[in-house]
Amino acid sequence: MTPSEKYTAAAYLVVFLALLAYVLIVATKLQRLERDVAEITELVRERTAAGG
Amino acid sequence: LPALAGAAIGLFAAALALIFFYAPTDADQGLSQRIFYFHVPIALTSYVCFGWGAWKAIVHLWKGTPTADLESYVAIHQGVIFGALTLLTGSIWAKISWGVWWAWSDDQLVLFLVLFLFYCAYFMLRFSVDPGPARANMSAVYALFGVVLIPISFLAIRLSRSFIHPVVFTSHGPQMTGTQFLTFCVALLAMLTLFATLYQLELAGKRLDARLRELRELLA
Repeated sequence: MTPSEKYTAAAYLVVFLALLAYVLIVATKLQRLERDVAEITELVRERTAAGG
Repeated sequence: LPALAGAAIGLFAAALALIFFYAPTDADQGLSQRIFYFHVPIALTSYVCFGWGAWKAIVHLWKGTPTADLESYVAIHQGVIFGALTLLTGSIWAKISWGVWWAWSDDQLVLFLVLFLFYCAYFMLRFSVDPGPARANMSAVYALFGVVLIPISFLAIRLSRSFIHPVVFTSHGPQMTGTQFLTFCVALLAMLTLFATLYQLELAGKRLDARLRELRELLA
């Protein structure tokens, strides 16, 4: 591989890795939101059961 | 959002195919010139992000639209990500073309760094104030100040006396062949679609988060 090829590959890799990192961060946030929804659903279910 | 994401993936695939299989190899720079097809669209997209953030800041200050503050914040967040990528890909290109990672003598580089750092400081300001109207107003005013730097940064390369940074778009039009220009346009469109996708995705996440917080408070 020539230096020119190495640097070009590095530049495109940087963009790809940044995108990958962004997707990973979004996936982590999505997991947290899913946990929150599950928690709130459980809370509502408990209250409904207690009220009924 | 799925349609936007699909369009971004399709345009990215098309851009990569054009960059590596259609655009001719530059006689002077060789393969490293192909960094240009991602570096310049990323830089232009970061300007668009900051500009959109400033527009939303105006909407917030002028009309008091409740969602405008969040939209301005998300656009600036995206702008900082694209800005960081501009600096990284630019540095890699500079290393192979100029032999250095950074040139302080180049006005374009220094002004872009100033713009990037200015918007990085936006987050320090925003998160040092408690959420509420005061924070939204301060953030909006700060976002508007930053937008002044965009034309300066864009024109620096043309006004500068040291022409170390290559100038592709001059008053005589784009200084490239038809195939190169087509490749560049597709890459720019791909990057703008990526921004639109990430912007909508982040906004949807933040809105959902806010609604869940509200729901939790109501249930408490």
